[in-house]
Amino acid sequence: MKTIKNTGYIITFLGFAFFIGSLFVGTYKVTPKAYQQWIDNKGIKSEIFIKNTQKELVNKELSAWKLSNIVLDNFKKSNTYHKNQSNIDWNKVVHVKWSKTSKEYIYPLIRNAATGWFVNHTSLWFFLTFGLTILGGLMVFVPDYKLLGPPGIKNNGIFQHSATNRGIIGFITAFFFISFYILLYFFPNYIINPILAVNGVSKALNGNPASQWFLYGFMYCSVMTVFAVRMFIKYRHNKYQTIRTAVVLFFQIAFAFLIPEILVAFNKPWFDFKNAWPLNYTFFFDWNLNNLLNSGNLGIFMLVWGIVLTAIVVPVMVYFYGKRWYCSWVCGCGGLAETLGDPYRQLSDKSLAAWKIERWLVHGVLVFAIAMTGLTLYVYFAEIPSWKEIGLGISAYDVQNWYGFLIGSMFAGVIGTGFYPILGNRVWCRFGCPLAAYLGLVQRFKSRFRITTNGGQCISCGNCSTYCEQGIDVRAYAQKGQNIVRASCVGCGICSAVCPRGVLKLENGPDTGKTRTEVDDILLGNNIDLLNMTKKK
Amino acid sequence: MKNVVIIGNGIAGVTAARHIRKKSNHKITIISAETDYFFSRTALMYIFMGHMKFEHTQPYENWFWKKNRIELVKAYVDSVNTDAKELVLDNGTSLNYDDLIIATGSKPNKFGWPGQDLKAVTGMYSKQDLDTITHYSKDCHRAVIVGGGLIGIEMAEMLVSKNIPVTFLVRETSFWNKVLPAEESEMINRHIKEHHIDLRLDTNLVEILSDENGRAKAVVTDKGETIACNLVGLTAGVSPNVSFLKDSGIDLDRGVLVNRQLETNIPNVYAIGDCAQQHQAIGERRAIEAVWYTGRMMGETVARTICGKPSEYQPGQWFNSAKFLDIEYQTYGWVWAKPRENEARFYWEHKDGKKCIHINYDKDSKEFIGINTFGIRMRHQKFDQWLHEKQSVHHVLEHLKDANFDPEFYAQHEDEILAKFNLENGTDLKAKKKSWKRIFA
Repeated sequence: MKTIKNTGYIITFLGFAFFIGSLFVGTYKVTPKAYQQWIDNKGIKSEIFIKNTQKELVNKELSAWKLSNIVLDNFKKSNTYHKNQSNIDWNKVVHVKWSKTSKEYIYPLIRNAATGWFVNHTSLWFFLTFGLTILGGLMVFVPDYKLLGPPGIKNNGIFQHSATNRGIIGFITAFFFISFYILLYFFPNYIINPILAVNGVSKALNGNPASQWFLYGFMYCSVMTVFAVRMFIKYRHNKYQTIRTAVVLFFQIAFAFLIPEILVAFNKPWFDFKNAWPLNYTFFFDWNLNNLLNSGNLGIFMLVWGIVLTAIVVPVMVYFYGKRWYCSWVCGCGGLAETLGDPYRQLSDKSLAAWKIERWLVHGVLVFAIAMTGLTLYVYFAEIPSWKEIGLGISAYDVQNWYGFLIGSMFAGVIGTGFYPILGNRVWCRFGCPLAAYLGLVQRFKSRFRITTNGGQCISCGNCSTYCEQGIDVRAYAQKGQNIVRASCVGCGICSAVCPRGVLKLENGPDTGKTRTEVDDILLGNNIDLLNMTKKK
Repeated sequence: MKNVVIIGNGIAGVTAARHIRKKSNHKITIISAETDYFFSRTALMYIFMGHMKFEHTQPYENWFWKKNRIELVKAYVDSVNTDAKELVLDNGTSLNYDDLIIATGSKPNKFGWPGQDLKAVTGMYSKQDLDTITHYSKDCHRAVIVGGGLIGIEMAEMLVSKNIPVTFLVRETSFWNKVLPAEESEMINRHIKEHHIDLRLDTNLVEILSDENGRAKAVVTDKGETIACNLVGLTAGVSPNVSFLKDSGIDLDRGVLVNRQLETNIPNVYAIGDCAQQHQAIGERRAIEAVWYTGRMMGETVARTICGKPSEYQPGQWFNSAKFLDIEYQTYGWVWAKPRENEARFYWEHKDGKKCIHINYDKDSKEFIGINTFGIRMRHQKFDQWLHEKQSVHHVLEHLKDANFDPEFYAQHEDEILAKFNLENGTDLKAKKKSWKRIFA
């Protein structure tokens, strides 16, 4: 068993090595035809840029780095040239920005320019990278069924291991995660080989070549599957955990990956039926509304469903079951946090200061999302073009862009997931997700959900607080005999699982102030008035 | 405004301090030499096992004490002068008080075994004990644990988690069978062995042998066996940590003797928690209760008394809980190891051998007396209510689903349990569906 596990580690690292190595190899050759198409598509007007890049790029075998640098350098050169003219022709200037230029200009050029070995061996490459990593991952986790001993809580050594206690392995892992997100969001021109590796899968599913987003979706599902297996084994004594993990994995694979890709195969809009606004912040963007409105009955259905989901389904379900039905049973972000992120849950900050920051931040993002969407809808219905300035030199497009960059990419992706090994696995869900903020308000003020504290059984050991991914100081409530009713609780159920004394239970019960939050003093030994007590019972 | 001094920063002392602060403006000082801040002793094992760090065992953040004007002094109290209302500390200073609360907890029992003070021989009670275990476990090839109680099995679990071979010497013929009935005790015996712990029942420690550096190298048992080991855990229970009070004039027996108001024989001196001993045991409880929640309850009670509302310690219905490796245990009311004259028993065990319930009730009146539950969580509030109401065992069984506290989706066993009871007793009880209405009645 131990041998299988160790072999699994080796195979996984081999897969990773191939994956990372693939970023540094491969050549790209832009044909004259592809080049012309690109110039037309991007509407590049600068003759200087065209003249130079034609000379330096076309029909030349270049590395991704070299090719990208040529494009960037020439943008800068031609911009300088045009800006030095007495009469500046702004049409010829390309606004260069690190977070946009690579993905919007270079990526489309390079995506189809790969030549040589990789293009012809994508299946082998798929096996050597994803195949080995997935296989190795399973070989690492499956032997735990025997190695971890009888079923039960298996947290031995978590705070003594470098990977799960912010040690050197943790920081290296974080570096890897963060780098991946930065490449994915801002520099997809450097990850063409991994994208090519999943080309076959993409073509089989929807007939189109893979994009960076298909790669991301594929990796997301694979990682969740491997780590779900880990959860199934670790919590095999706990049905709540195994069922929850299976369901959240199902929603990711079916609703966030397969169904949208199949929709695309049938020429329908890519649509994730479970992704609710405001987490799905582009839902009310003009391009999305127009896309849905132009997609026949299905498009209209998607539009109506999206609105009903946010306005009715979400709050009603939170009333009955708490926000857990979404955050730890359905949501993709939650799904990743509960699988890949599970080994890092104990790193969340439990201090009062962190709670204060959390409340400001998460509700701040909610306000930002509402304001951004309000503005978007205003210009949409007022038929003002979204790029047009509406005051203070700002357009609706600008605001959408800021939100997309700051919240959509940086917060949700780079920080939210990249920092799993440093800040814990729910950084985005706790501090940033506007949908979580909305659900939290419903859960806090009008819901049947609570974590019930079992009378006076708490021994203040702190396992619950330590393993709360949302940084809730569960013990602070439990040791006072109080039920836990908190906006941020996603109902993962781990506090209840790790409690050695059977003190905590996630429940949906009658929603009256008394039954949901009141403390039963008698159980805590605070019954000073015995007579009154006998009358009461 | 009084000057209240509390000796001991465990759950009893700290609860007292918190509640005095809630109710008054008194000056509060807590003296402890164990740690700077209150931590949860019950979680020490989890630090060793790597489930937590020490800071996680501290229920309050470090700013809490200053914010609540609770002064912390790190020192031992050498002696108490009740006439001058003065404490002498080991750092040479002294401290005056108006009200004194003694909350010094317990210390591990040692029964005069030869070699009990050698290096790498330790109890498992304090932060210092944990440090000792951590230190000597690094090169430990085998550990021997002496004493088959709750702390002994915790220590065995700790060491096994580090893949250290453990021999577990238990004086009784079955694990903890002074407290647990035979069936439950046997279940835990099996579970201990399942975790590859070398369980030696009916075996006593005779002597601990020393190596040339004064560290334990082996133990000798009363079976004549010598077991090579270089870490020895002494976990044969605890007793009140009160020796520093010997000449203080405060009445002592095994613990500090107190009345129901938790007052000692000296005015303005109180004792709470593990170190307090009731003149008359309350109900079926022991006169000294070394249990987490009783410490908390006593702390709260004494706070009321000190803040001008003299109160009796009212521990209510007995309950307790523990965890034996992977098996959780809860108990409500009384289930003795052996049934008393008037008692009848009902036992059900799940086929996997890791879950069971054992109910104790009156043979004639059928009044429910208590339950042990292993591997199934039960609702404290429900059993407390049934015990107060003196409900019959039939009522308890019929409403057992109300009391289930297992996480959602867990297999439910009430129907099976009732079927067995019906079969044995010729009754026709049916489990009622869980009712929120009844639960919150």
